[in-house]
Amino acid sequence: MQARVGELARALRGSGLPVAISNHLDALRATAAVDLLDRRALREALAATLTSSAAHRPAFDTLFDLYFPARSGGGDDPAPAPRDVAEFLAELVARILAGDETRVGAIAREAVSSYGRVESRDGTAAYFVYRVFRDINLAGLLRRLLDAAPPADDPLAQRIARDRIELLLRRFREEVEAEVRRRQAEAVGPERAARMLARPPPSEVDFFTVTAEEQAQMRRAVGPLARRLASRLALRRRRAADGRLDARSTMRRAVSTGGVPLDPVFRAKRTHRPELVVLCDVSGSVAAFARFTLLFCHALQGQFSRVRSFAFIDDIDEVTRLFADGDVGEAMARLSAEATLVRLDGHSDYGHALQAFVRRYGDAVTPRSTVLVLGDARNNYRAANADALRALRERARHLYWLNPEPSAHWGTGDSIAPDYARHCDAMLECRNLAQLSAFIEGLARPHR
Amino acid sequence: MTTTAEDVAAFATPADVAARLEAVGYLSDPSIATVAFLADRLGKPILVEGPAGVGKTELAKAIASAKGARLLRLQCYEGLDEAKALYEWNYAKQLLRIHADASSPRRWEATHDDIFSAEYLLSRPLLDAITTEAATVLLIDEVDKVDFEFEALLLEVLSDFQVTVPEMGTVTAVRRPYVVLTSNDTRELSEALKRRCLYLHMDYPDLERERAIVLARVPEVADALADQLVGIVRSLRRLELKKAPSISETLDWARTLLELGYDGIDEGVVRATITVLLKHQSDVERALAHLGAGGTHR
Repeated sequence: MQARVGELARALRGSGLPVAISNHLDALRATAAVDLLDRRALREALAATLTSSAAHRPAFDTLFDLYFPARSGGGDDPAPAPRDVAEFLAELVARILAGDETRVGAIAREAVSSYGRVESRDGTAAYFVYRVFRDINLAGLLRRLLDAAPPADDPLAQRIARDRIELLLRRFREEVEAEVRRRQAEAVGPERAARMLARPPPSEVDFFTVTAEEQAQMRRAVGPLARRLASRLALRRRRAADGRLDARSTMRRAVSTGGVPLDPVFRAKRTHRPELVVLCDVSGSVAAFARFTLLFCHALQGQFSRVRSFAFIDDIDEVTRLFADGDVGEAMARLSAEATLVRLDGHSDYGHALQAFVRRYGDAVTPRSTVLVLGDARNNYRAANADALRALRERARHLYWLNPEPSAHWGTGDSIAPDYARHCDAMLECRNLAQLSAFIEGLARPHR
Repeated sequence: MTTTAEDVAAFATPADVAARLEAVGYLSDPSIATVAFLADRLGKPILVEGPAGVGKTELAKAIASAKGARLLRLQCYEGLDEAKALYEWNYAKQLLRIHADASSPRRWEATHDDIFSAEYLLSRPLLDAITTEAATVLLIDEVDKVDFEFEALLLEVLSDFQVTVPEMGTVTAVRRPYVVLTSNDTRELSEALKRRCLYLHMDYPDLERERAIVLARVPEVADALADQLVGIVRSLRRLELKKAPSISETLDWARTLLELGYDGIDEGVVRATITVLLKHQSDVERALAHLGAGGTHR
């Protein structure tokens, strides 16, 4: 048992989770306290001691299932006579319609053993997710379930039914995947199975290599980050006392120390709301990053009272209004249709974009604004116009540049990152959410 | 220190936690019950994270009443400091004492020793929780709002349950309080703080649990209405909203529907009452579009 917990902890570390020795010790104490036959309690006990963020939970659950499988042994159970697919589907549909959500797991296990099995030549069996869904067509299943769902004349009831069915089918899919992983682990041992599954946690995934699922997770993570940035910038403003004595408050406070002003009060700086100006490169070379930066812009506009967003390729246009309401996806679609971003050939031209920005929207930057530039500074060998950036910095309160390229590549090829970096408060590598949140946390600490 | 049988009643098993929380009106789930049990058994604080309105603060209150313990609450905010969380010297009283002694022939050293004693100390929630002899649940609410400096102070208090007052020495807990920290995740807490806690992520409840909560808190609601209600709320939570409806908003909605005498929910009812659930105009529009769109897909 103790060895198993150790192996799990090692596997978690292997997939990038911060599991300290003290976490490990706590996990051992926790397993001693719960009933080991209660698998749910064991899972929660280990999760409480080994994870420290909701983002770690999916990785934890996957690995927990590998190291503490629901049923042990029986790896070589003879394939049960596969039931007729139609009959099986009929039962699945009936169960789901009856709202029998608890049985989804059992059905998924049956589906895997009936349809996921592939016999290899030496007689051993392997199980594959794709085999299961070759026989069970999820889209067809959804249609079938919808047809059997409540009367069509009540759109509300239908929408609710549809949402419920979609959720159940997703659960079904996840259960099938988990079951296949379990059988794999049984066959090759948990350690190898864990290595096969290793995938960095969402915060460390490179913006350029995200899967659709991870993208959805990032979307959820971006909101809190924007909120943090807002509170960080506000915090810095508040901490800065401006040095002038507030005589009135000092006198009043001195009353409690017998008239001796032991505790002088300084006037706080006049508070004003943080303003943010965001410039993002949305050209093809940084498409994946751009999708993320636009998401971030959108989230920022929800947090800051005064954000102005600008997008550029070789020309620049204001896109604040596109993000003003609601849907991010819609805003991105409108971006290409409504904003004038291309002047010549659709390759990034930072120099021209910056110059055009200063000329046309220079007023947007005031001594109160923080400017964020998001882009890789690959200029296709065009003029850098670094002076335009310097002008911006002189006018702004702060200017930060977030670059999605590894810093080792800056200045190679057509990258002119170093030319621009000189004129920024800081140019930072920002390849994943972890780096972005480090940047945001860093804003709280006084630097320079 | 004397302890009676009731007030120490430690949790025996996760199932025991669930039953006792339910007895005080809090419906838990296996994950909450297990972590609450472990916190008791291992003597570690719980760090509860999750969206606003899923019952994080309620959990601490329920644990306190289930254990028959006193609840001490420290509400965090930016700029919270030791003087407000831990202790402060009662300057006014000290001054009075100095003035009173000025006319008497007492020696300064004697006065000095006196004015830095417990009598002149104003105890704040953290020190209270450590010095009190009765069973205590200490709730540190919205810990993500405090500054880094204060987090460091919390580290000392939470790992050793002791506080050092320079003039008096170190005060060690007579009895470890049961500590619950909540966070809305507005910022990443330090790894050091997280390591000292059991981590519990609370999310919106699943369909069954939310239904049970509605029926428990608003017992007049008919079963069928509760079914419909939680189904709609769940659908709404899948949308990308500025503020998804929380449990308390679900309950408000249930009460509203009762008050208005509806026994079923159709589009008209949703349109009329959705502002109870959603507080942003853009969210309301999205939700109505989503809920009404079901009819057009075929």
